[in-house]
Amino acid sequence: MTENVTLTIDGKQVSVESDTTLLKAAQQIGVDIPTICFHEATTSNALCRICVVEVEGQRLLQPACIVKAAQDMKVRTRSEKVVRARRTVLEMLASTMDLSDAPEILTMMDEYGASAERFPDAERRESEVKDDNPMYVRDYSKCLLCWRCVQVCAEDAQYTFAINFDGRGFETQIGTFFDRSIPETSCVLCGQCVAVCPTGALKPKREFLLEQGMSPNEISVLNTGRKRRKEK
Amino acid sequence: MSDIDLARLKPLLEPYMSLGRSGLLPALHTAQKVYGWLPQEAAAEIAKSLRVPLADVHGVIEFYSLFYNEPTGKRVIRVCTDQACALKGADGLLKRLRKQHGVKAGQTTPDGTLTIEASPCLGLCEQAPAVWTVGDGSESNRPRSAVYGLIRLLTANCGNGTTSLAKYGEYAALQKALGMKREDVINEIKASGLVGRGGAAFPAGVKWEGAAKAEGQPKYVVCNADESEPGTFKDRILLLDDPHRTIEGMCIAAYAIGATKGYIYLRGEYPYILPVLENALSEARRAGYLNEDFDIEIRLGAGAYICGEETALFESIEGKRGFPRVKPPFPTTHGLFGKPTVINNVETLCNVPLIIKEGAATYRQIGTEKSTGPKLFCVSGDVARPGLYEVAFGMSLRDLLGMAGGVASGKHLKAVLFGGAAGAFATPDQLDVKLTFEDLRAAGLPLGSGVVMVFDETRDMRDVLARLGKFFAHESCGKCYPCQMGTQRQKEILDRIAAGKIIEGDLERLQDVGWTMTDASLCGLGQTAASAVLSAMKLWPEMFQAGRLEGLKVAKAKKNDKGGKKIGKASKAKMARKPAAKKAVVKKSKPANKAKPVEKKVSKPKSVKGKSKPKKNVTRKPAKKG
Repeated sequence: MTENVTLTIDGKQVSVESDTTLLKAAQQIGVDIPTICFHEATTSNALCRICVVEVEGQRLLQPACIVKAAQDMKVRTRSEKVVRARRTVLEMLASTMDLSDAPEILTMMDEYGASAERFPDAERRESEVKDDNPMYVRDYSKCLLCWRCVQVCAEDAQYTFAINFDGRGFETQIGTFFDRSIPETSCVLCGQCVAVCPTGALKPKREFLLEQGMSPNEISVLNTGRKRRKEK
Repeated sequence: MSDIDLARLKPLLEPYMSLGRSGLLPALHTAQKVYGWLPQEAAAEIAKSLRVPLADVHGVIEFYSLFYNEPTGKRVIRVCTDQACALKGADGLLKRLRKQHGVKAGQTTPDGTLTIEASPCLGLCEQAPAVWTVGDGSESNRPRSAVYGLIRLLTANCGNGTTSLAKYGEYAALQKALGMKREDVINEIKASGLVGRGGAAFPAGVKWEGAAKAEGQPKYVVCNADESEPGTFKDRILLLDDPHRTIEGMCIAAYAIGATKGYIYLRGEYPYILPVLENALSEARRAGYLNEDFDIEIRLGAGAYICGEETALFESIEGKRGFPRVKPPFPTTHGLFGKPTVINNVETLCNVPLIIKEGAATYRQIGTEKSTGPKLFCVSGDVARPGLYEVAFGMSLRDLLGMAGGVASGKHLKAVLFGGAAGAFATPDQLDVKLTFEDLRAAGLPLGSGVVMVFDETRDMRDVLARLGKFFAHESCGKCYPCQMGTQRQKEILDRIAAGKIIEGDLERLQDVGWTMTDASLCGLGQTAASAVLSAMKLWPEMFQAGRLEGLKVAKAKKNDKGGKKIGKASKAKMARKPAAKKAVVKKSKPANKAKPVEKKVSKPKSVKGKSKPKKNVTRKPAKKG
């Protein structure tokens, strides 16, 4: 697998090891391919399709996060087709969820000229904030289903299997066994799901309370565990 | 909840315990049979027995629409409201049933005796409108089979009830194959030109060769009987009337690639085929065709169109949500349980004994040079004689429709939907197109799974599209973003168009969503979810543009999400040239049903019944709002 391949990305040649993804190959020559669901520490599932690129000879756009470089491949990362797909996915996201805690995606929308109002009368995914444990709150109105939290809770890291999916299709959400509260699940409050959440759907409780307008003092009174540690 | 008696369930779970996670769907089906739904306690017991995490069990229940996590009525009536049935008055039927029993769709009567639901395609399109009743003892009812055509090779035994092994005869093709070298069996299939009949038209012999050469053991042969493309019902008839043909095809494939285990993945809406298949497998075991070298297990789906996608089907057998996998790697090297696998559609497998028995050269005399063999067409909609038609590739669409008695009630043809929901429309000027892969491709029409759904001149195609939109929004698995959100947005726009409430820019929105799904989706579902819509946009552009329709007023998109202003009520009346959808459906369906007399009487809506339980459920949590 150490053989090298040479390919062309946006007209620039690059030589990489043959198991390199197009995303990494592009990075090597300074070509930026946007990503949303991709995370270095989790298995890539090619869900968001924001990283799609056009590969000569392929009818379908290819997700750069998983497709490997190959000899003589010709890749275009900003073709008309690519831009339409990225812009439309971003516009659909904006019409579906609350992106207020996802500055990177908002920036991406500007870059692609994506309008948050593109889809009038669109059904949104909204849900109540779930504040049921001392460590983090869950606001699935901000969830874009990158799957990272489910993955780190399972085989990608923790092997805890506290969360999985509810529903199907547009109505998919992250959920627990029969909607049990977090303390009633196998969750060990490791916090890895919070760490990989890209949109603030999972948020540390303290950060959430600060945003609600509580002062650090008020929060530490609430959280006696933290206070005791401080006093030691 | 406390009255859940787990003692009834525990002994029944024992056969699945050794299967681990792969036993999850069968275990859930079993529990649902016991309780009528899936109580939390039962789900937890299954999780413990099979050693599957609780959250994962819940995720699986949530994925499949025939699994219910809250009680349903003792009897559940499902009325198919997809396209073929809509043409025959399904909406009116559903309405009458609801009125008669005083419940809304998806609801249960207060006394808990009855749930009424609208359902996606039930695969009974030639007997539209189709109704599937569960829980009233009609368990063994089987739908009639309406089989016609110029040749009867694949359907030789179809149309007269189930064919026993005694009548089918010995597996002569298998015996012949066993006397050949494995490579020669594969070469024969390659030489025959057989390509997959499930929709993708991939060369079967190439697939077999790939799996035969792949490293890794064991190898699997999987029969894709998750037929659920709206308008398709061929596999239902093949399996119900002639199960041994498929089983023999699987045995030959297993020998050719060296597989030791086979699965038939049967769609959950066909539970009445289950006993037929089980009995046929027993017969084949007694006859020694199935043995320790190769045996077959049946898996029952649970209401998910996506599981007809081959990799989603594997996931489902493995006890997971039916999320399609990224390809490559392909099933021939990394299929079921990550092992080399051949997965073929029922009709594809039914061709195999014929090819081996007659030889590739003889087989190739049927059909055309590039599209060899016999083909089954599922003809439904506004034709005089809907049914399954077996013909050789190469017949013209005009002749096929002629065989089916032409457009019902002497009306004129408006369009033909080819390939099902994931297909495209043909218009009357294309009637002379030859039904072959190459001719249809040149005409921009997909052969798909053999759907030929006919619409007469009075049909409102906007209603047709709205139903397609609803179907895909319901069936998207939710994995990749273009399809997860695109099918929903497409549905919303198509609903507006059907209601005459087009918002300025809807045409462009629909195109962007459609092309984004087509170009960027992860699997075939998303890649074809806009296919029929994009085809309709080319044929009838005026249908999609505000202001182009007579009397239609355009509403300006508002700046916020709530956007679109509805169009004036007057517009509906003015569009009278296209009758409002529902009315048209109800009215026309009468004559269509009476149709012309034909050889075999096509049965009327039939109550099929099954074992899976009713639907409606709780937890589907659409967090919507808007």
